[in-house]
Amino acid sequence: MSQSKPGGGRGAVIDAVLRWRELSILVVALILVAYFEAANTDFLLSDASLQNLSQFVAPAAIIACGEIMLMIGGEIDLSAGMVFALTPFVMHFAHQAGVPLLPAVVLALIASALIGLCNGLITVTLLVPSFITTLGTNFLLNGVTLTLSHGTPVEAPEDPIFAAIFGNWGYSEIIWAVAVVAVMHTVLRRTRWGLHTIAAGANPVGASEAGIRVNRLKIGNFMLAAVLAGLTGVLESFRISSIDPQAGGNSIMFLAVAAGVIGGTPLAGGSGTILGGLIGAFVLGVLSDGFTLIGVNAFMFNIILGAAILAAMLFNIHVGRLRRLGAMR
Amino acid sequence: MTQPVSATVPEALRAEGIVKRFGPLTALSGVSLTLRQGEILGILGDNGAGKSTLMKILTGFVPPTEGKLFVHGEEVALRSVDHARSLGIECVYQDLALANSLSVYHNLFLNREILYPGPFRLLNNRAMRRQAEACLEQIGVHIPSVTLPVERLSGGQRQAIAVARAVNSKARVLLLDEPLAAMGAREAGLIIDLILRLKAAGGLSIIMIMHNYAQALEIADHIVLMQRGQVTYENRAESTSVEELMEIVRREYRVVRNE
Repeated sequence: MSQSKPGGGRGAVIDAVLRWRELSILVVALILVAYFEAANTDFLLSDASLQNLSQFVAPAAIIACGEIMLMIGGEIDLSAGMVFALTPFVMHFAHQAGVPLLPAVVLALIASALIGLCNGLITVTLLVPSFITTLGTNFLLNGVTLTLSHGTPVEAPEDPIFAAIFGNWGYSEIIWAVAVVAVMHTVLRRTRWGLHTIAAGANPVGASEAGIRVNRLKIGNFMLAAVLAGLTGVLESFRISSIDPQAGGNSIMFLAVAAGVIGGTPLAGGSGTILGGLIGAFVLGVLSDGFTLIGVNAFMFNIILGAAILAAMLFNIHVGRLRRLGAMR
Repeated sequence: MTQPVSATVPEALRAEGIVKRFGPLTALSGVSLTLRQGEILGILGDNGAGKSTLMKILTGFVPPTEGKLFVHGEEVALRSVDHARSLGIECVYQDLALANSLSVYHNLFLNREILYPGPFRLLNNRAMRRQAEACLEQIGVHIPSVTLPVERLSGGQRQAIAVARAVNSKARVLLLDEPLAAMGAREAGLIIDLILRLKAAGGLSIIMIMHNYAQALEIADHIVLMQRGQVTYENRAESTSVEELMEIVRREYRVVRNE
């Protein structure tokens, strides 16, 4: 119980970095924007490229919110991309059967919540690691989607105003994303649910000894992740006016996980940031669009993405080391 | 061997004939003990003696196979940790139940958060921060800031936070599972001071599970020795000695070796 004031100078910088883990990735994002803006003046300031960028960022950011909640609890949902593909089909079939559009969307989201419930129950009650559970449901759902759709895309329901709100208008997806991020950030930082999610991830045994119902939390977060993935699928299908059984898939899921990791959420659990996930998705979007606009080979993007994930993880580990040094000061 | 405890001091917690079996394994075979109000009861014993199982039963974490529990003289069947807690029984486990990445004040209020009214269960962080500062001040625990994540505190500070959390929740019976384990002499001294301060403040009865006989005799009013799922010896702390306790344990080792 010795008195040790956090030191100034280097210590203060470390404290700031620790308090706003999003800060470092935000700086990276701004540097990237400045670089691409200098290389190509139309990079951000034209309407078309802004729309393009926002439509890349939004799906990754929304799915990342769910993945981050799971990652904080030490779990992951590999099936998110397949929930993304299946959910709009549920909406489509419900709508075909005569259900009005909005209830059809709600029904589809309930269906994705049930998938999340299954993921959660299998993981929590049957003690299968979520990596395996969702690896299984990943393939399973892909098969279900392909079977239901006979492998062919269908047109998204026609209703111009509804479609515009649900992703068809250029900026509606990013508005959804910002709204979801705002809500999820509040849930994580300001509500009991968020606090308990962090506590359960940091010390599962301790949290349950404190009376926190860890399993219920985990199942809830699996459902949340699935609903957000399903919502993204619906938004994307209205955006491109087509429901594609091959849409989403593993690439969008891994992009979302990458956004979370780059944003500062380690897979180990116990900590994480929703805001970081949004910035992480933004960085990925800037990289992807920026390279396209300055004419760099698209394959280059994957090289940069891979390097960025590794750099982000190294940074996380390094900051953890600095933190322990700080504790010993 | 057992000396009568002055019957004038009312009991805070009493266990009678507690048996716990896990399948074919008998962890506890008829444990009885009494915690008097305002006292510190030290439970000593080797690994596997059943101390931790007993602790889990006293906190409602697992139900006993047989036996009775009395809280402040009334028989109760503890249904859950929450139930035990509602009766004023709090436990500080060896793994501390602290969430390392969360701040001190969030840990102090873990699962007992102060919320703003309304359906969204929003955290009233400002109120928790203020109350955490007041609580730590009151029991004399000094840390740089309650907003620090717990992982940046020392082992002794973390233990103090865990104890403070139990006290903060208006505990009347405090169970401490190896509170001085893996701690240097100086840190252990600070925790011992804290526990004695809490006892002196009144209203709190404490059970401590311990390994170190000398420390136990220094802190506890009453000593219980557990061996192989049974209480084999108990006495007032001032009426026994480290040597006497060691002798009993040595005898036990001889019995085990000869079996």
